[in-house]
Amino acid sequence: MEFAELIKTPRVDGVILHRPFMPTVEGTLCLTGHHLILSSRQDNAEELWLLHSNIDSIEKRFVGSLGSIIVKCKDLRVIQLDIPGMEECFNIASSVEALSTLDILSLMYPFFYRPMFEVIEDGWNSFLPEDAFKDLETMTDEWRLSDVNKDCTVCPSYPPLVAVPKDVDDDTLRKVATFRHSGRFPVLSYYHKKNGMVMMRAGQPLTGTNGRRCKEDEKLINATLRPGKRGYIIDTRTINLAQQAKARGGGFESEGYVESIKSNILQESLIKLVEASNWQTHVKEILTTACLAAQCIDREGASVLVHGTEGTDSTLQVTSLAQIILDPACRTIRGFQGLVEREWLQAGHPFHHRCAQSAFSNSKPRQEAPVFLLFLDCVWQILRQFPCSFEFSESFLVLVFDHAYASQFGTFLGNSTAERAKLSLPEKTVSLWSWVNRPQELERLTNPLYEANSLVIWPSVAPQSLLLWEGVFLRWNRSSKCLDEAYEEMVHIIEYNKELQNKVNSLRRQLAQLETEDPLLQTLE
Amino acid sequence: MEHIRLPKVENVRLLDRVSPRRSRVGTLYLTATHTIFVENEAGVRPLWIDILVCSVEKQAATASGCSLLVRCKNFQVLHFVVPRERECHDVHLSLQRLSQPERCEELYCFSYKPNVDEAERRQEWDFLDLKADYSRMGLPNSLWKFSPVNQHYKVSDTYPADLFVPQSATPPVIVGSSKFRSRGRFPTLSYYSKENHAAICRSSQPLSGFSARCLEDEQMLEAILRSNPRSDFMYVVDTRPKLNAIANRAAGKGYENEDNYSNIKFQFIGIENIHVMRNSQQKMLEVCELRSPSMSDFLEGLESSGWLKHIKAVLDAGIFIAKAVAEEGVSVLVHCSDGWDRTAQVCSVASVLLDPHYRTLRGLMVLIEKDWVSFGHKFSHRCNHLVGDPKEVSPAIDQFLESVWQLMEQFPCAFEFNARFLITIHSHVYSCQYGNFIGNNQRERVELRLRERTHSLWSYLWKNQTDYINPLYRPDHSQTQGLLRPSTAPYCFKSWRGLYNRFDPGMHPRQSVEDYLSAIQEETQQLEEQLASHKQVEKAVSFDRSPTAWALGSDLGLANTPQDYTGCFVTSSPCQPKAPDGSLVLLTQDSNLSNGSDQESGIADVSCRSPLSEDSTRDPDSDEAAYSAA
Repeated sequence: MEFAELIKTPRVDGVILHRPFMPTVEGTLCLTGHHLILSSRQDNAEELWLLHSNIDSIEKRFVGSLGSIIVKCKDLRVIQLDIPGMEECFNIASSVEALSTLDILSLMYPFFYRPMFEVIEDGWNSFLPEDAFKDLETMTDEWRLSDVNKDCTVCPSYPPLVAVPKDVDDDTLRKVATFRHSGRFPVLSYYHKKNGMVMMRAGQPLTGTNGRRCKEDEKLINATLRPGKRGYIIDTRTINLAQQAKARGGGFESEGYVESIKSNILQESLIKLVEASNWQTHVKEILTTACLAAQCIDREGASVLVHGTEGTDSTLQVTSLAQIILDPACRTIRGFQGLVEREWLQAGHPFHHRCAQSAFSNSKPRQEAPVFLLFLDCVWQILRQFPCSFEFSESFLVLVFDHAYASQFGTFLGNSTAERAKLSLPEKTVSLWSWVNRPQELERLTNPLYEANSLVIWPSVAPQSLLLWEGVFLRWNRSSKCLDEAYEEMVHIIEYNKELQNKVNSLRRQLAQLETEDPLLQTLE
Repeated sequence: MEHIRLPKVENVRLLDRVSPRRSRVGTLYLTATHTIFVENEAGVRPLWIDILVCSVEKQAATASGCSLLVRCKNFQVLHFVVPRERECHDVHLSLQRLSQPERCEELYCFSYKPNVDEAERRQEWDFLDLKADYSRMGLPNSLWKFSPVNQHYKVSDTYPADLFVPQSATPPVIVGSSKFRSRGRFPTLSYYSKENHAAICRSSQPLSGFSARCLEDEQMLEAILRSNPRSDFMYVVDTRPKLNAIANRAAGKGYENEDNYSNIKFQFIGIENIHVMRNSQQKMLEVCELRSPSMSDFLEGLESSGWLKHIKAVLDAGIFIAKAVAEEGVSVLVHCSDGWDRTAQVCSVASVLLDPHYRTLRGLMVLIEKDWVSFGHKFSHRCNHLVGDPKEVSPAIDQFLESVWQLMEQFPCAFEFNARFLITIHSHVYSCQYGNFIGNNQRERVELRLRERTHSLWSYLWKNQTDYINPLYRPDHSQTQGLLRPSTAPYCFKSWRGLYNRFDPGMHPRQSVEDYLSAIQEETQQLEEQLASHKQVEKAVSFDRSPTAWALGSDLGLANTPQDYTGCFVTSSPCQPKAPDGSLVLLTQDSNLSNGSDQESGIADVSCRSPLSEDSTRDPDSDEAAYSAA
């Protein structure tokens, strides 16, 4: 298929772009296979480049012969384009609609994007399961890396290599897989170095109505427990069910989110949307569950198994947040990338399904749900409470959110490791991490307040402590000038301090040198 | 002392608000000014409760003792369990009596005697000079004059003695106008902009009824208009809801008729009355006090309290006036009913928006002294200093301080002071430790001879200013200059947990960016000094590491231990209630399972059933969070 078939009018002059808190721009609108571009063709005037995959919904309005389209994006931005001419407006709208809903992965922009930067480190190879296992081996010898899933048949959503208890053989794993939803048998999620306790995750057990048992499953779980030690199983679903008892059980556990964030689409104000959606309630519940899991591990000295229904949504929210709380390494830029790779991408969170649409979409939700955004929001809540304990700043979280929904990079394409391998993503696309892990980007994303904090950080989950994530939900709805200035001022204070420290240190060195070289100096005193 | 039936009770338990199973046992002491709880465990600092007790509630006796719920005016809530009913009864009656003194002389400020000699104490009161602030505005000048008309409080007994009025306002006009205004509170100057001559004036409502007129009052407004030569009209802002103002007409009061006054534009700005505000704050506090609210309990409760809506109304009114003055160059006369609550709020908020000076430490103090203290905000009644009519109590000053805080959230670099400054002022408005906020007006304060007998808060705050400096403030910053233009979209208003949940340390960020930056700035200052001295070679040899400069890192690394962040609201005042040490919440399985939503999180005990151990929470290297509150 050629993109040209979908583009009825590739270019329109005299288009006016309206964005909140920004001056309007008049220019030429161009449609390409992947972008909507507005250029004023003036020097130093800003251009708009919008990926079609970022567009969530599009509306047309007509006043006389002037047409307007309102473009609502997955990053929650809303812009308006005034297009002279009815026909042009119609054509642009229908082209954008078609291009933004194109569901053919191999036609996505990452396959066409060529990096304009030097790749220092290929992100596709930065966080391989075998490397993560090597780190584990330095701490314990009770686990092994199993390739039982090497052709992704035992569990299609798992990566080919998973960490399992050493004493459990592959045959047992195959049997356990039949007892767990989608074949997601319990695998290692996190090893707590401090006391050797572990966090495992899995799909729900298929006990059925007559309480079927599986002795291999029991054997596997028991293998993770030390003699005489207790463990906990945290089922993430009960929370969801309780909070929406009115909704029917079953189906996707993430259904609750979809329903709630979409319930109020007609409201213009996004903030109302967030309020009406009980978003903050979800934040509080997920964070509470993660704290509970972390507490079992760190305080009770107990191992934990986390599962929901399929084990690809709220399970991952809980296991990844618990790691943020417990493991200081996950609070670094690189550690966080590793966490997203391990606990989300390799763990089989279906990004392609979940991020196909966002809050503004009018179509009926199928498998979309802002599960990952909810996770990022929870991380931001912890970051707000421990502003000096994270190596990355809020902008890193916003960046990851943006790229999960629409990106030139291949990282978040597909639903599982198997799908990504089938699409040859590592060969054909660039990894987001290749771009992030360069000095100039890292500098921009680093939190100037960061001081390594090796402690477990326990966030507060009281409603008073949980705030609206303005950086995402109000990003396009407010002028952030004053807050940006405050941030700059903060950076300035810290940098000036560092500069002085360096000056003092270098003077001190000079002085020491002078003293050794010239003992006379002292006698001069 | 005669009110204390029982000065000391032993074996009293102080329950933790968040997890009631956790409690501390100690001895409760009652003194004339303070309630002190000394924990039995050695080495724990005693807990001081100021005279701020607002209400005491005795609950039904149980097997373990008799419960006493003490609410303080600084929003601290303490839950004591006294072993014996009889003792509890005595403590209850004593506290109740102590919290509602009948005579002014009982107030703490008359017995508060810090180690300061008399000359110094006198100087404290000279620290702020309102006349200096008027001359900072450029007054008196050819348009505005100082008027001695209210010397000895003869014209209006609730107004200050020193006032500024339009140059053309003669004493007969002033006196005539005052007779046509509630409580004789005639239009007078609150703020004057020397850039464009526009002014904010304030008064009480006119006694216009359905048709009454007063020539002098009309001349008075005419005089105000003429004192702004570039403008051909002025605004008259009635800060009440229109309905309330109309109701007042039936009582012979009301509002200005545009037809009777030349060139005025009349405007209602609906801020609710003190009774609505009192109830709203009460509801909001109930929500903040909920033991383990769900997100929707909290958000819906906050919404239905209407508190933030009222804050928005105050701010909106301030913005209207500030814009009229700065952007249109038009003078404004503001009034409500008596002109000492809403009018004080609106004039002072407008001043903060207009003039960068009022966004400095000294400026805010002057502003409160001027628009609140001197113009007769009835602190004694509104803050319930003495036993009195509970219907007179209202959080007008709380709302002003919160409005300033909401602005600080939007303009982090524009204010010289931090939130701690506002919270400390709030505490002392209610504490009665200083003489500043005693009495209802200047005349009463003169009669009480407060300047002779008590200490002033302002110089205390000034001496401790390092605690109150906002590290992001820079006088030359663009954000610091000129008129502030805040957004009042509903989502811009946040719940001020720093004030209303001040004593729930678990709810606050575990690391404070502000404290971090302040420490860095202090270090920077020392480095600058070192560099300067370095450049003089002779000093360089004896160069030594400054102790604080290099200890910084370790301090901040521990910022998430309990002690550090409870300390952030403790001021150096000896009588400031100390946040309880180590009061972070422990999470036990019991507390989880005792409450519905946590049961739903579905912990299944896989191998054995021993309860979770409690001692793990005493682990010193890490703190426990309040997520048991879920």
